[in-house]
Amino acid sequence: MNLKEIFGKKGAKVIKNGVWREHPISSATLGICSALAISNKVENAIAMSAGVIFVLIITAIIISVLRKIIPSRVRIIIYMITIAAGVTIVDLVLKAYFPTISEAMGPYVPLIITNCMIMGRAEAFFVQNPPKLSLIDALANGLAYTYTLMAIAIFREIFAFGTLLGVRVTPSGWVDWVVLAAPAGAFFVLGVFLWITRTAAGVEPPKSS
Amino acid sequence: MGETSLLSIFITALLIQNVALYYLLGMCPFVALSRSLTTAFGMGAAVIFVVTLTSSANWVIYQILEATGSQIIQYIVFIIVIAACVQLVEMIMERFFPALQASFGIFLPLITVNCTVLFISLKATTVDNLSYIQTVVYSISAAIGFWLAMIMVAAIYEKLDLIGKVPKGLQGPGIIMIITGIIALAFMGFSGMV
Repeated sequence: MNLKEIFGKKGAKVIKNGVWREHPISSATLGICSALAISNKVENAIAMSAGVIFVLIITAIIISVLRKIIPSRVRIIIYMITIAAGVTIVDLVLKAYFPTISEAMGPYVPLIITNCMIMGRAEAFFVQNPPKLSLIDALANGLAYTYTLMAIAIFREIFAFGTLLGVRVTPSGWVDWVVLAAPAGAFFVLGVFLWITRTAAGVEPPKSS
Repeated sequence: MGETSLLSIFITALLIQNVALYYLLGMCPFVALSRSLTTAFGMGAAVIFVVTLTSSANWVIYQILEATGSQIIQYIVFIIVIAACVQLVEMIMERFFPALQASFGIFLPLITVNCTVLFISLKATTVDNLSYIQTVVYSISAAIGFWLAMIMVAAIYEKLDLIGKVPKGLQGPGIIMIITGIIALAFMGFSGMV
């Protein structure tokens, strides 16, 4: 099946850019706070990705529908209010149906509001494009965010706790790599991850100032 | 936090539970601005100012929201207060320190989406239930901690830029992550202090 047939030429380009070329975490280095903080357990990473995708979709729809009537001087505050409202919904749903995950993620749920990636997409894409393309862009970026978070979380959970989604996967003589569970480990894993993806995607290094 | 002494709040927020190195927050400006020591220094100072202002304002607002039972809108209210404070700082700087303002460029409005600012407001109110004085002390020390982490990374990055040969794909954000990881590892040594 061809992406161009399903989404049209423009849609396919948006997907390719979102998922790989303009990869929101590795290329633009946005939205990495949550990628670092929440990636020590796969369970939390799934909840976080679902939350971010949900908020991205809500923001994409509202901002792209209203794009012609939002005055440009106050647009940032309108993005923020839209995102904050979406995050409030996510927070309440998590508290009601998944109290343990909500407990584990603690203050990181409201911090989706300040996930620069959502703001970045709103400013760079949603406000200039019609709802259909914005929705595709939101899904593509959400997907890219999810696979990055998953890759880091799977790696960290297996090596730091010897488990995957809480199920033991390592042999009995396994010694946990404690440093990967600590914040410092998150930085190392993400650093190496950026190294691999930037080399593979051929991103030019930024000019040093 | 359990402990109520202001000194222990200060040390915990500054060194042990450093917002950047322990909670891994504020990474967007961290990565973007840690390439130059002067910019990192100025940005860190702006963050200290904004954080202190917003979390003391948000503490008062949270008490009102709690009294009226409308905590459900707290995220929206907090973020609006933060955006307004950032706007205020920007206007003050434009008027009195135009040179500093020019060097921040796009990054000053981005303090609004700096996770640190919202996190400190939330932690002082909903998570830890601090008193007003404790909130002020906590937010100042947490912001100083952010500033400290940022200038340390920027200083190392500048030296590395002069002498080191960093692999191509690792340049920029990649190597900043690794440097920050090493500093975070060193800061783990403080964990027994309080």
